[in-house]
Amino acid sequence: MSELTELSAAEAVAEIRAGEVSARELFEAYRERATDDELNAYTWVADGPPTEMPAASTPLAGVPVAVKDLFCTEGIPSQAGSRILEGYRPPYTATVVAGLQDAGATLLGKTNQDEFAMGSSNENSAFGPVRNPWDRERVPGGSSGGSAAAVAGGSAPWAIGTDTGGSIRQPASLCGIVGLKPTYGACSRYGMIAFASSLDQAGPFARDVTDAALLFAQMTGRDWRDSTSTGLPEPIELPTAEDLRGIRLGVPADLLGDAGEDGTGIEPGVRASFEAALQLAEGLGATIETCSLPHAPHALSAYYLIAPAEASANLARYDGVRYGLRVAGDRSLEEMYSRTRGEGFGAEVKRRIMLGTYALASGYYDAYYGTALKVRTKIAEDFRAAFAEVDFIVTPTAPTTAFELGAKTADPLAMYLNDYLAVPMSLAGIPAISIPSGLSNGLPVGFQLAGPAFSEGRILNAAHALERAIGFDGSAVRAGSGVHGA
Amino acid sequence: MLERAQVVHVARLARLELDESELERMAGELSSVLGHIDRIRELDLTGVEPTASTAAAPDAEASTGAVMRADEPVPGLTQEQALAEAPEPVDGSFGVPSPGPVE
Amino acid sequence: MPDPTSGFEPVIGLEIHVQLKTRTKMFCGCELSFGDPPNTHVCPTCLGLPGALPVVNARAIDYAIRIGLALGSKIAHRSIFHRKNYFYPDSPKAYQISQYDVPLCSGGELGGVRIHRVHVEEDAAKLSHIGESGRIHGSDRSVVDFNRCGTPLVEIVTEPDIHSASEAHDFLSLLRVTMRQLGVSDVNMDEGSLRADANVSIRPVGSDQLGTKTELKNMNSFRFLERGVDAEIARQSELVQSGGEVVQETLHFDPGSGRLTSLRSKEEAHDYRYFPEPDLLPLVATEDMLASALAAIPELPAARAERFELDLGLHPDRARDLAFRKELADYYEAGLAAGDGGAGADPIELANWIPHLVERIGSDTDPATSKVSPEALAELAVMVGAKAVSRDAAREVLTLLVSEGGSPAALVEREGLGALGADEGGGLAAAVDAAIAGDPDAAAKVAAGNMKAIGPLVGAVMREVKGRADGGEVTRLI
Ligand SMILES: [Mg+2]
Ligand SMILES: [Zn+2]
Repeated sequence: MSELTELSAAEAVAEIRAGEVSARELFEAYRERATDDELNAYTWVADGPPTEMPAASTPLAGVPVAVKDLFCTEGIPSQAGSRILEGYRPPYTATVVAGLQDAGATLLGKTNQDEFAMGSSNENSAFGPVRNPWDRERVPGGSSGGSAAAVAGGSAPWAIGTDTGGSIRQPASLCGIVGLKPTYGACSRYGMIAFASSLDQAGPFARDVTDAALLFAQMTGRDWRDSTSTGLPEPIELPTAEDLRGIRLGVPADLLGDAGEDGTGIEPGVRASFEAALQLAEGLGATIETCSLPHAPHALSAYYLIAPAEASANLARYDGVRYGLRVAGDRSLEEMYSRTRGEGFGAEVKRRIMLGTYALASGYYDAYYGTALKVRTKIAEDFRAAFAEVDFIVTPTAPTTAFELGAKTADPLAMYLNDYLAVPMSLAGIPAISIPSGLSNGLPVGFQLAGPAFSEGRILNAAHALERAIGFDGSAVRAGSGVHGA
Repeated sequence: MLERAQVVHVARLARLELDESELERMAGELSSVLGHIDRIRELDLTGVEPTASTAAAPDAEASTGAVMRADEPVPGLTQEQALAEAPEPVDGSFGVPSPGPVE
Repeated sequence: MPDPTSGFEPVIGLEIHVQLKTRTKMFCGCELSFGDPPNTHVCPTCLGLPGALPVVNARAIDYAIRIGLALGSKIAHRSIFHRKNYFYPDSPKAYQISQYDVPLCSGGELGGVRIHRVHVEEDAAKLSHIGESGRIHGSDRSVVDFNRCGTPLVEIVTEPDIHSASEAHDFLSLLRVTMRQLGVSDVNMDEGSLRADANVSIRPVGSDQLGTKTELKNMNSFRFLERGVDAEIARQSELVQSGGEVVQETLHFDPGSGRLTSLRSKEEAHDYRYFPEPDLLPLVATEDMLASALAAIPELPAARAERFELDLGLHPDRARDLAFRKELADYYEAGLAAGDGGAGADPIELANWIPHLVERIGSDTDPATSKVSPEALAELAVMVGAKAVSRDAAREVLTLLVSEGGSPAALVEREGLGALGADEGGGLAAAVDAAIAGDPDAAAKVAAGNMKAIGPLVGAVMREVKGRADGGEVTRLI
């Protein structure tokens, strides 16, 4: 690993400003690693730095960023991991990406992902699975698996992804890096190829909490092109907290009970790492309390009705008329639609479109979609009540560490259950971060810290303090990526 | 358990061509997922309002105000850009198989 | 042959789509256009590109609120956009953003017909059939142009309060002038900015049950609406008379043949899977929005017609004819307000002169753009009222005014068209004497009290004086 790519992004910004490092050379160093990437983390890599580098005085000073495939980038493939969009080059750029570029970020590459962000292992990509840099026979998590693997593997200093029901936090957890899912509305969704509109949020992947804050600060803001965007009430500052004095952490008994029988159980190694992190937090001055989220155990069910229902409409536009794949259909319109979509979508996407169409269909709406929306109300109320008692709610991010490729592909429900701890926050629209809390059997474990809406600044500070106490080190894995197999 | 006929009906609504084996697998998988999901139907949710989105409505306390745009033109795409990715461009329009008489 | 419709009462409700005359589309900043090259007013949003999002056009909402207020609807403080899902090439997202269970406006009334609801939605793209494409052999092709896609629409749904095709026609024309007066739409059926579908059912006279209804589409002119509805009433009546049953279906009216063809029957009924549009927030109509919409509403045709009738004493038909064409009503009222020679024109007299003017300038011309100023027409009305000019002569004067403009008094002077009185120069008296002398038979009958015989005498006098005399005056003299 070259010295340049050992720098954290925040360090790189400082070095570029100080004239110690050339942004162009930094870009080249990462570009080389991204090009040689063996994790299949990228679906497209820039063929060189931009002709005009951003000024060193910009907030991000030219430091490159890897961007999840589903962000539209003008003239650059934006395929959302799907065959139906293979080779698709949009005529416009997503607001978040344009904002990062305005802030001085340079586009390093587009990262692999589960097709239309549907998945928890990145095995649902039309462009092949992504491998976990900690163990290449294991998944990086999903759906933003490419972004997580690129950062963990050291081929990108940081990256952006999207989280609908854990798609940033869970891969961050499985790859041993930091991932933040912001409050719904903190970042514009304009130009993000939609999965589930009421849940999708963009967020950063980074090596540490400081980098996450630095990148996130340039991603938020109200965008007139997205009516649901609000930005944040206060700008994001770099975190400085070194202790957790006076902070109450709530452990939701309802989610962490021994509900092991249906697979929601938490692996012992994960639980141990989580408990150890809680002890460190206590040592930093936090108090640990048990709290109650009585409806959270139903979040996954509500999620698997709401998200597919929205997806069934969001993905209806892939019809072979204006862009993307078209199959046959010279005989009838109906046949063209069905064959294009039948061949263009992968198995998981079809499954969710079917599920969502069913949940909305006449005669089923009230029983399924309508009920799920009410459960969502109860879940949001649970969180509000809990945050009256505690500052943050903490859980392991995922019940397991990275699992082996293929381990859950035959059982969709088992795969879905990996997001059991991430989905409640998505439904409530609240922010949550995942930071590495340590290793279990040599694989990273994620610690999730969630707060009330718009509490990102406080979350980043608390995570920063805890991160220092945990002292997780992923540098060996970053150094190994692209050099040798596991 | 989802009937095969239901799966066929839903696939038609969604305009998804599924072959025989897909249909069969889909029936099983959807049934298993719905089996898990069905538990929420046992919750007492009387009087609970639905939440379709957590985004702050313009009259909510957390709102940032107006969410409409002024009626001012915004530059769009040229015809060439619009058709750049079209599978069947026809004289500046998008060609499709005719849908039959009238929908 | 007995009328098959006798014994049945038609029950008709209308669903009307009105394109709003905003500058840009409902959910994106593309400009509205008509007749431009295809796909030149498009953007990621109205093409349904991946990642694009809708944003509500504030003016479209303002217009929709104006419509709601004008119809006396209740405006919802919070209404909800829904997605209506269906696959069709004219729908780029495969769903239409519309409103469903919580529309912007509910209730109301226009011309005695209750309004059920008014909601906001987006228009579809234009799909044209091109036949067999040169490129793809042996297959029937169509092409899609997205310029129209996303044009703001309001959908106005009436209660089933209409009971004949002509009532449907009358309601639609009142609605059209109302929209025009509100300034929210061109409401042009030829260009598709006004489109009407009808739900038609029949029931035995006296029954208050609703029969099975059919939905009639594509009646894209006032004439077709009447013909289509009449044809459907006749079809249903015949069907029921012969022991059949009406099936719920959508019918397409073919203006060529005048026939109705079934589009889809109930079995194939669409499952639109409506659900709340997560890309948009609830639409909040604030007090400010309501106040500014209200302030923008002018006096509407129905109210104006009532005022013309009650305050000015116009015949209801005349009041309506004027009030329902804003430019005529405005012109008329400018004439009533005229000073100088036109001051104090009798409202009924002046109203009677408007059709004469329209006849001369053409019914498509705004009289305000003609050479006849409202003051001049008022002056003419005053002169007629004062018998300073006869009606026949005044018509001639009007013809001259239309071609050269100017003042009626001056034209009367120049052309020597002033009315002849008995006391005036003897011209009229002489003409009367001559007429009596010329037709002694008639004169004798009149003298004997047979007033029917006076006609030829009056005619003779008028010919003699070239219409410059007042008929009543002539009769009196004879
Ligand atoms: Mg409609
Ligand atoms: Zn547009």
